[in-house]
Amino acid sequence: MQQTNRLRPFFENITFERDDNELVLNFGPQHPSAHGQLRLMLHLQQEQIVKAHPDVGYLHRGMEKMAENMIYNEFMPTTDRMDYIASSSNNYGFALAVEKLIGLEVPRRAKVIRMMLLEVNRLMSHLFWLATTALDIGAMTVFLYAFREREYLMDLVEDYCGARLTHAAIRIGGVPLDIPDNFLGDLKKFLDKLPQNIKDYEDLLDQNRIWKMRMENVGVIPTEMALSWGCTGPMLRASGVQWDIRKEEPYELYDEVDFDIPWSDKGDNYARYKVYMAEMRESAKILYQTIDMYEETVKNNQTELMAHAPQYISAPKLDIMTQNYALMQHFVLVTQGMRPPVGEVYVPTESPKGELGYFIHSQGGAYPYRLKLRAPSFWHTGILTDLLPGHYIPDVVSIIGTTNIVFGEVDR
Amino acid sequence: MRRYAPKDNVQAKPYYTDRFWVAPQVPRSAVGDDEVFAADLAAIKAKFEVAEAYIQVEQMVVYIKPEDNYGVLELLRDELGYTQLSEVSAIDWLADKGQFEVFYQMLSMTKRKRLRVKMFIGETEAVNSVEKLFRSADWSEREMYDMFGIKLNNHPYPKRILMPDDWEGWPLRKTYPLQGDEFAAWYEVDKIFGKEARDIIGPELRDPAEVNRYDTKRFARLGHEVPYGADLSEGETKTDLDYQEEGGVFLIEKLHEEKSVVIDDRDR
Amino acid sequence: MAQHQVNFTQDGGLPVALTTVDKVVNWGRSNSLWALTYGLACCGIEMMASGASRYDFDRFGTIFRASPRQSEVMIVAGTLTKKHAEFIRRLYDQMTEPKWVISMGSCANTGGMFNTYATVQGCDRVIPVDLYLPGCAPRPETLQYAVMMLQKKIRREKAIKAQKPKRLM
Repeated sequence: MQQTNRLRPFFENITFERDDNELVLNFGPQHPSAHGQLRLMLHLQQEQIVKAHPDVGYLHRGMEKMAENMIYNEFMPTTDRMDYIASSSNNYGFALAVEKLIGLEVPRRAKVIRMMLLEVNRLMSHLFWLATTALDIGAMTVFLYAFREREYLMDLVEDYCGARLTHAAIRIGGVPLDIPDNFLGDLKKFLDKLPQNIKDYEDLLDQNRIWKMRMENVGVIPTEMALSWGCTGPMLRASGVQWDIRKEEPYELYDEVDFDIPWSDKGDNYARYKVYMAEMRESAKILYQTIDMYEETVKNNQTELMAHAPQYISAPKLDIMTQNYALMQHFVLVTQGMRPPVGEVYVPTESPKGELGYFIHSQGGAYPYRLKLRAPSFWHTGILTDLLPGHYIPDVVSIIGTTNIVFGEVDR
Repeated sequence: MRRYAPKDNVQAKPYYTDRFWVAPQVPRSAVGDDEVFAADLAAIKAKFEVAEAYIQVEQMVVYIKPEDNYGVLELLRDELGYTQLSEVSAIDWLADKGQFEVFYQMLSMTKRKRLRVKMFIGETEAVNSVEKLFRSADWSEREMYDMFGIKLNNHPYPKRILMPDDWEGWPLRKTYPLQGDEFAAWYEVDKIFGKEARDIIGPELRDPAEVNRYDTKRFARLGHEVPYGADLSEGETKTDLDYQEEGGVFLIEKLHEEKSVVIDDRDR
Repeated sequence: MAQHQVNFTQDGGLPVALTTVDKVVNWGRSNSLWALTYGLACCGIEMMASGASRYDFDRFGTIFRASPRQSEVMIVAGTLTKKHAEFIRRLYDQMTEPKWVISMGSCANTGGMFNTYATVQGCDRVIPVDLYLPGCAPRPETLQYAVMMLQKKIRREKAIKAQKPKRLM
């Protein structure tokens, strides 16, 4: 039975019928191809968009406020829910920012495991991007194929940390666990199959007429526009700037591995698609190298997983269970939290979507005084304001698809 | 006597701090240590007043006067190669200094350097928008306005971005509690059902530790299925969690474990 | 002229099954639950995963519909924020009777880890919920189990009578 409530049409301040032949179309906030909760107010001339007004905030959960009320370690699982398609890269960004703040060096094996997780997450994110974008454009087959591969990666991560989606797999100062026995074998098995899988997707899409028509020369972002809007990651690389933080300002062991930065100067949807596909191959390349690096640490007997800094980081579990002082330290760190030095830090990392930055201002307390999350998708959504005008209604979906925005990250 | 709680900062506080504890500092170094930053700073100093500048964690921090922000950013973009504005936001110092600290995080791709331009503004003062220089400032400044209530000059669309348009209060100020104020607590009820529905729907349960096993009106009974509002104080009937009724369902055969195929190779 | 004596009431006589209207209607309802995709956050990704290749939701007759007017069950997957609350109510009102709601994940159940100013503390403050699904985020298997439980619930309901008005206003 229909119950009455107070909800009136919510566009009181917008006139839908006008004299100037312009139509206002509301898109979202709950639209299957909006990749979350994006609301677009589109002003249309016939089918052409003359003005676009993206409205975000429908997933604003107040993470920055939460951070101010949490000890540093407590905030780690919250970062999972930002870019929930590649959770570990968020964990990593936060862990790295706090490590820079307190000046920690992470043991080598932890670094290798972190890189493995980061690249597995990048693959997961790109596969998910491919699946959803293809689905939006109508290629259901690719959706099913890409999700099949993604499930194998999720199995891998699940073997490592026990969670499929929200990993919390990285700690401040290292990683909590060593990789399980079957991990390297499974990863190798997956990586050996991956080139064929990527080729399958490309065979389905590359020369597909519909795919090309909806991708080529649609949503062209010129270099100046990309720079001015603060675009990063594949969005920027597809617009002619070869900038990857992993290469330019290397963190972890990215300066030791060999990989290329795919880029394009076309700037359209198709270029972005090609960049994503090429990045998957590069990730696979990095992963092969990390497997070797891990085996090297085994050979050199580098078994440390967490940095040794009793003031900030709990001792290994064995020490906590056997040694009195370690137990006391652990108790204090869990109940009161670590107290990083006074100061501030901004640490950018290359998440699958772009530059993921954490700005932490610490006053020396157990809670951060201010934590700003610089999420790439926020600006990639903003660019729709300038990008959409001039395009047609069907282009909206493909453009939103290739910007690869995730609303947990946009609204935080 | 009730304990005094400061009203100007209602965020969580550590329950215990050692009285002899002195917080260490993240090391700062002079700008002269880095050639690139030194040249940049000299270029800024030639035109604008710089209150303080230092390098912390590989990034230069420059304090400028709030009225110069447009000029400094223009100089940085056009002459010094800082072509990207990564982030604009603020830090709330109202309780201590009555001011906000606004920062602009810049990136130069040619020099591979990042610097942070900072300035202090009063609570009622407005910030000059740099949206004309960097389009990315459009949204970040709106977010800053939304979260702190910092007013903007010359912004094309100075409206809230993350919170609803009719929201009251500035969420990231230190005076704003984490769980929201009275307005926030009833926002969705007021909007959808009206104020008169407050009594029917009831207040939000904000205590994460609350467990009430006799509560059958809310989500508190994992693994048990009881009718809505049933009285459980006398005990309850056991519910089996089988997903199919015994004897099968109309036109559907009951599934038996022994008849089904168990796949244990995930790569199959 | 019938050549054989057929006992219509027995199995295997003819492709005819005799049953009550309730059972037929409920059979139809419970086995073609079309879900309104309400992917709000992380759980929405798991909801997609359960619709995708490995978990294959179509086996249950559950097909995701992007329109409230052709769907029976709303799967609220993710954090419901105060800004979004009015839209979920609006879409719920647009769904045709009979309709059910699965609240998927801790955020939709109780607000979960987001005990903040911007989050609705449980989507049951806005719409009536039939099934609460714990987890953060629940695995696809959990969602499939929830759908089976909902089917069971539907089979118990009287089909012909109008549904009892649900609680909440």
